[in-house]
Amino acid sequence: MSGEAAARSASTAAPVEFRHATKRYRGQAEDALEDLSLSVNAGEICVLVGPSGCGKTTALRLVNRMIELTDGDILIDAASIRTRAPAELRRHIGYVIQQIGLFPHLTIGDNVGVVPRLLGWDRRRILRRVEELLELVSLPADMRDRFPAQLSGGQRQRVGVARALAADPPLMLMDEPFGAVDPINRERLQNQFLRLQSEIRKTILFVTHDIDEAIKMGDRVAVMQKGGVLAQYAPPAELLMSPVNDFVEDFVGADRALKRLSLIRVRDVDLWQAPPARVGEPTAAVRARIAAADLPHPLVVDAEGRPRGWMSERDLARETVPERPDSAPDPLIDADGVLRDALSDLLQSDTQYGPVVDGRGRAAGVLSVEIISHFLSSPEATEQTTDPAARATT
Amino acid sequence: MLAQVEIRERSGESCIARNDFCPGWIVDNFDRYTDPLVEHVFLTVAAVACGFAIAFALAMLARRQRWLVGPIVGITGVLYTLPSLAVFFLLLPITGRGTTTALIALTAYTLQILFRNIVTGLDNVPADARDAGLGMGLTDRQLLWRVELPLALPDIVAGLRIATTTTVGLATLAVFAGAGGLGEQIVTGSNITFKTGVVAAGGLAVLLALALDVVLLTVQRLLTPWRRAQPA
Repeated sequence: MSGEAAARSASTAAPVEFRHATKRYRGQAEDALEDLSLSVNAGEICVLVGPSGCGKTTALRLVNRMIELTDGDILIDAASIRTRAPAELRRHIGYVIQQIGLFPHLTIGDNVGVVPRLLGWDRRRILRRVEELLELVSLPADMRDRFPAQLSGGQRQRVGVARALAADPPLMLMDEPFGAVDPINRERLQNQFLRLQSEIRKTILFVTHDIDEAIKMGDRVAVMQKGGVLAQYAPPAELLMSPVNDFVEDFVGADRALKRLSLIRVRDVDLWQAPPARVGEPTAAVRARIAAADLPHPLVVDAEGRPRGWMSERDLARETVPERPDSAPDPLIDADGVLRDALSDLLQSDTQYGPVVDGRGRAAGVLSVEIISHFLSSPEATEQTTDPAARATT
Repeated sequence: MLAQVEIRERSGESCIARNDFCPGWIVDNFDRYTDPLVEHVFLTVAAVACGFAIAFALAMLARRQRWLVGPIVGITGVLYTLPSLAVFFLLLPITGRGTTTALIALTAYTLQILFRNIVTGLDNVPADARDAGLGMGLTDRQLLWRVELPLALPDIVAGLRIATTTTVGLATLAVFAGAGGLGEQIVTGSNITFKTGVVAAGGLAVLLALALDVVLLTVQRLLTPWRRAQPA
């Protein structure tokens, strides 16, 4: 990041600090949250993860005073939340919940504009901001006049994020934001969100019960256990490498090695190169390239560079490269995705390797099970990358 | 020519004399229904408006104090079950004959339906919309006016429609409280045995109920465009 960009982002993200934050409900012996102390750097994603009843949502809702502290304090940008009126405080903190909570009677544009309107922005500024935000979360501008019921779950989720970002808050609270989305869309929304975060660099408190999501999304992960006790607060790699106690080890799971694959983006590994073959090219030229490549099977790409399939022996025996090779290019692997998801795709398609495509669908190389297994056997390979936003952009 | 007119008049008279249903008579005597109709509209609209104001205030109270819902439903329920004629006669010594007495009784009858529907409407507001609203920094009042009431509108209008239709019917008895209305042409004196008059006044009451219902429905449709949005 350039110095200028860093300065700009510093002005829109605030550090958060929990100081012995405690919540106890009357008539209950156990604390809902017990003496939580942790600090989150400006511009980082801190994921609170744990089983249900561990106080992670309580911790989140204490920050915007949806729940009031019993004891201790929470500082945003070094200022106590206790000194600010709840409604005023909340207008400067983005809030995204699992059910999203869009207002069904307002258009998408009006939903996104709720907080700016509360802050008294004039109409034209709100309109401009709404346009900007829809673009930021990659929704078409004409969505503005639709109602929430007319959108798909994934689109509603992105509107929820846009709405939370409307007044450019320095801090966002996200409570299981992808919890209500199906697994395939969830993976895509997570990737999109990490790309977005690499642009906006907000401080984000993120609650989930899914350890895989925590490892994928967090710069730092706070593992909480029953009774609102913080068990470990560490970057994902450290959590996987050296869990502090049995609870964390159990929670992280026996497949810790496998989970480390969630820390690595497909685009960051040394991919194999298949012998290239353009549709319509003479096969003789293709055959000549096979010897120098990592793979014996040429990958057919169209004029835009998008994979069309693998050439079989029969295809190679033709005069020119066919438009529809014998073998489909499945599975296509997203270069922005993580190795864990890619491995799962490969295993599901029952194949040893698949073509990797970039954001525009162009072939960027080939990922194989063999490459992934190399990462499984060498733990050092995962230590280089701990910043998910950086992983999403580099 | 002259003879023909005479015959028709005579046949009209005989229709009345035979106490059949005589449309011709209604056309000729429409004037006598204008004032009662205006009175009837006033009684209905005023009673529903007062009832709504009271029910709304009670619902706002119950929104903060949930335990009040039960007692309020109970009390307005008792009011609803009182025979209307008895109420008119009970009120006569206190408020005297006239519009006030009729309005008090008619208003009392709307409370149950209106209160219940406002409370139901507010209860039906999705919890996540409420949570998101508060979490974004809406104050309680802003949440009420910008989120909860707009979303409760279909239930509230449903209550208004039932209350209005019921009140149009009940207001025909307002004549016993001395408040006039279409009932005058139906139940007082010799009117009650005059078929054509009863049908004319009764028909007007039905038409009035329908007209007010259409007005309310139209208002609701205009205010809730989001209910008609087709899923993509």
